[in-house]
Amino acid sequence: MTELSKTGAAMGEPTSSPSNAPDAFLAVRDLKVHFPTDDGLVKSVDGLSFEVEKGKTLCIVGESGSGKSVTSLAIMGLHRLGARGKNVQMSGEIWLDGQELVSADPDEVRRLRGREMAMIFQDPLSAMHPYYTVGNQIVEAYRVHHDVNKKTARKRAVEMLDRVGIPEPDKRVDNYPHEFSGGMRQRAMIAMALVNNPELLIADEPTTALDVTVQAQILDLIRDLQKEFGSAVILITHDLGVVAEIADDVLVMYGGRCVERGTVDDVFERPQHPYTWGLLGSMPRIDRETSERLIPVKGQPPSLINVPSGCAFHPRCPYADLPKGDVTRTVRPELQPVGSGHFSACHLSPEDRTRIWTEEIAPKL
Amino acid sequence: MISYILRRTVAAVILLLVVTAVTFAIFFLLPRMAGQTADQLAQQYIGKSPTKADIAAVKQNLGLDQPLYVQYWHFIKGIVAGATYDLGPTTAHCNAPCFGYSFKNHVEVWPQLTSRLPVTLSLAAGAAVLWLVSGVLIGVISALKPRSFFDRTFMGVALAGVSLPMFFTGNLALLLFTFQWPIFGRTYVPFTENPAQWANTLFPAWCSLALLYSAIYARLTRSGMLETMNEDFIRTARAKGLRERKVVARHGLRAALTPIITVFGMDLGLLLGGAVITETVFSLPGIGQYAVQGITDNDLPPILGVTLLAALFVVIANLLVDLLYAAADPRVRLS
Amino acid sequence: MSETNKTEAVKVGAAAASDEREVLLRVEGLQKHFPIRKGVLQRQVGAVKAVDGIDFEVRKGETLGVVGESGCGKSTMGRVITRLQDPTGGTIHFEGKDITRLNTAGMRPLRRDIQMIFQDPYGSLNPRHTIGGIVSAPFRLQGVEPEGGVKKEVQRLLELVGLSPEHYNRYPHEFSGGQRQRIGIARALALKPKLVVADEPVSALDVSIQAQVVNLMDDLQQELGLTYVIIAHDLSVVRHVSDRIAVMYLGKIVELADRTSLYEAPMHPYTKALMSAVPVPDPKRRGAKSERILLRGDVPSPISPPSGCRFHTRCWKATEVCRTTEPPLAELRPGQRVACHHPENFEDQQPQDTVLLSVAKEAAELVPTEEAAEADGSEENPEASATDDKK
Repeated sequence: MTELSKTGAAMGEPTSSPSNAPDAFLAVRDLKVHFPTDDGLVKSVDGLSFEVEKGKTLCIVGESGSGKSVTSLAIMGLHRLGARGKNVQMSGEIWLDGQELVSADPDEVRRLRGREMAMIFQDPLSAMHPYYTVGNQIVEAYRVHHDVNKKTARKRAVEMLDRVGIPEPDKRVDNYPHEFSGGMRQRAMIAMALVNNPELLIADEPTTALDVTVQAQILDLIRDLQKEFGSAVILITHDLGVVAEIADDVLVMYGGRCVERGTVDDVFERPQHPYTWGLLGSMPRIDRETSERLIPVKGQPPSLINVPSGCAFHPRCPYADLPKGDVTRTVRPELQPVGSGHFSACHLSPEDRTRIWTEEIAPKL
Repeated sequence: MISYILRRTVAAVILLLVVTAVTFAIFFLLPRMAGQTADQLAQQYIGKSPTKADIAAVKQNLGLDQPLYVQYWHFIKGIVAGATYDLGPTTAHCNAPCFGYSFKNHVEVWPQLTSRLPVTLSLAAGAAVLWLVSGVLIGVISALKPRSFFDRTFMGVALAGVSLPMFFTGNLALLLFTFQWPIFGRTYVPFTENPAQWANTLFPAWCSLALLYSAIYARLTRSGMLETMNEDFIRTARAKGLRERKVVARHGLRAALTPIITVFGMDLGLLLGGAVITETVFSLPGIGQYAVQGITDNDLPPILGVTLLAALFVVIANLLVDLLYAAADPRVRLS
Repeated sequence: MSETNKTEAVKVGAAAASDEREVLLRVEGLQKHFPIRKGVLQRQVGAVKAVDGIDFEVRKGETLGVVGESGCGKSTMGRVITRLQDPTGGTIHFEGKDITRLNTAGMRPLRRDIQMIFQDPYGSLNPRHTIGGIVSAPFRLQGVEPEGGVKKEVQRLLELVGLSPEHYNRYPHEFSGGQRQRIGIARALALKPKLVVADEPVSALDVSIQAQVVNLMDDLQQELGLTYVIIAHDLSVVRHVSDRIAVMYLGKIVELADRTSLYEAPMHPYTKALMSAVPVPDPKRRGAKSERILLRGDVPSPISPPSGCRFHTRCWKATEVCRTTEPPLAELRPGQRVACHHPENFEDQQPQDTVLLSVAKEAAELVPTEEAAEADGSEENPEASATDDKK
């Protein structure tokens, strides 16, 4: 994959004409996000493609450093901002409702941010400004995109706080973030993100910092609001339990690339990639009592500077020697359809994959 | 909040009492501990070749023949309620706060301090505005474009600013702009008399002082901003679709500036106690200059007065800084 | 809790255990309060009752899991039983010896027997020391010279936890989170401790790495006969690693039972709610008619915990007696101790008290509304407690 030559420099230049705009509400095509560092080029996202329709939820799973958060920030256009924004090398296409964002004018993307697409973050305490009241911050989010006076915006903020289930919203609106509990803060974050009725909501580990009982409340809330507003949701998580709970589609990332993509049933019932098997085997289950050992993925996550040759997962893959020759070490597997709407990037033959899953992995889960 | 203010104020008063005790100890107790007798002390205050009667008079006036705790009591009482000195044929009443009389020219210390305060205040306030504005501005721009040409240039200048002593920059400014090309005035004019003249005279001093401080503030702001702009809430602000300018000003600067309040308050408090070197270099009749005069003349009461006044400013600045911080950062208010 | 009740409970519990194991650590009435000071004079106006009277014992060779939401006092409990913090009240017996009030010197020999593993593999290793220095520190501090020399022993330990002995001279920053946690474990095991208290040992790690560390701890327990107290918020991990589990809520143990009983038939409503909230990695379960309990609101403040049963403000079964009387932690079934007036999966302890508190009424009334709402599929008040039949 040496298409980067056309990419890094091609920031202002549209890489494709609007004529081939996809039908999907959000379509990401061959997205690459690379960060030059003193140690070398960090290929955080290296050729990622997926689509999300309105009313659907896509869960992106993967370990830390797999590129899942970088992807979400890329969609929001947040990498280009700030002191380090100039160095980021981005290429590929991100189509949001027929508009391409990678080559778009930054100010145009800014106008979409918060209005068409909004984001909630992992730690709501650090994600809110400690010096401004919760209401103030929601009002600000509303007034960026709506030409209304403060009073109207404040009414809207109270309305949103009420909608996300904060008791006495007309009083809590004047509280500071630190005066909220963790769950309330995340609700307020959601209120802030949804104040402009965005059509795309990106949630980056929205419940990781919360207790399970609060997590259940927040997931329920996200699900309800999605139903109500019909927006597309991208939820980034490392918790397969959350995925099973809320996802329509699942995208498994490893080393900056997608290794498997499919519906939630595909990925949980008929997973087609050894890394997905590894994730499922690593997870202790609350619903079953097994005295059996967990089946961890051996070794450590890959370096994003020196990504392993061939299949990035091969050093950790127990089946790397099955395919003939050293194809796993030399050839990078492309995402291949393995079922309707189900893709996997693996050199194993379909027969091997089915056999290993049904005979070796599934019985132990 | 009220309890907080109250607690801080009580602490400030206690701190001031401690300062008076320490100051008193330095000026009256330490010499005694070093083995000096009351007579020797009194002799020192008068100067060359005193008569026996003079010594006795001074000893009595100063209460040097009394036990130390009584002396301290008189000292405190003088400050709070004023004191009456028996000068043989006449008595002199010195109104509260009484810091005593200069032994050199028998002028009361407190009125001297109050008359010189506006000069020091003018110097400090003017310089503070200059350094705060320029320091913060340079710091912010440097932080937004780290490692850029601007950043490197200004941080280099900043380093020079911190390193160069006031003797050098001050005298250089004086030499160039007051003597070589007399753009600026030489003698201090009070603001109330002629504001233009006032600013004109003080300007070189302001700039010299601001150069020193703005360097520090530029560095402080830069590191604060660099840290703040990496915070999660900045990402949130951007995710709202705010313009970058607003993100920096409303979200970044607000958080980065709060810690600077502390440093600024302390610096200003210290300066009000007398910018000794600057006032000397630019011959400004301020409190610092008064202190220098006292030191060269071995005239203890003015030095003592300046010390206490400086302490008062620092303590007040400290108190104000704490209250301001609580006002700026809502998280402090609760705890 | 009455004295007779307690001793009886212990006896029954011990008899019920398949192998009657010796008690290694016994904790009785343990309290840890953090004072709150206020006003001009900084008088103590109250206390954060982080741990407020808990009893349990840990038997040799077993793993006791401690679960609860943040702020329930589980971490404080861990630091108090290892005497990193002094308890406010109660007693701690280790191998029959009262260690509650031992001073630093008295605790010194015991530090060999009781070790702790911390959550943050980044913060708990000194970045300026080599791995060899970190893992050999316990030998130096205790003045122990292991057989074959310190270096050899440290290298053996590194191998034991799955690291290479060549890592001896490296620094912590050269390692990933999972490897650092292994280093922390090697350090904790250096002096062959009898009890290892692990506070969230895997929660900072990625799933695949988490499984590696869980397996490692499992192997080491079998190999070295270790006793673990594992404090964690992840109920799936706790289910996997523990023999017995204590559920904490607002500084109290509300349920203490063996793994199977607790997960198959939880008696305390809080345990039930907590477990039903954990998402199951199985999309088929979404379609199943599994009962899901959504607790309302947040955990109350440990500064002024609710009267009576501390859970009554969020419980859908709460009655008047729950508000007034604190339920004792009683052994209702062999090996299952519960502090509840109206337990689940068991006969009501206060059957005469049937009038629901208003909070409970609200929750109870919501059940049918919920089901009706299922049809149009959107109307639901997330703030209200509800027995949510998931579609």
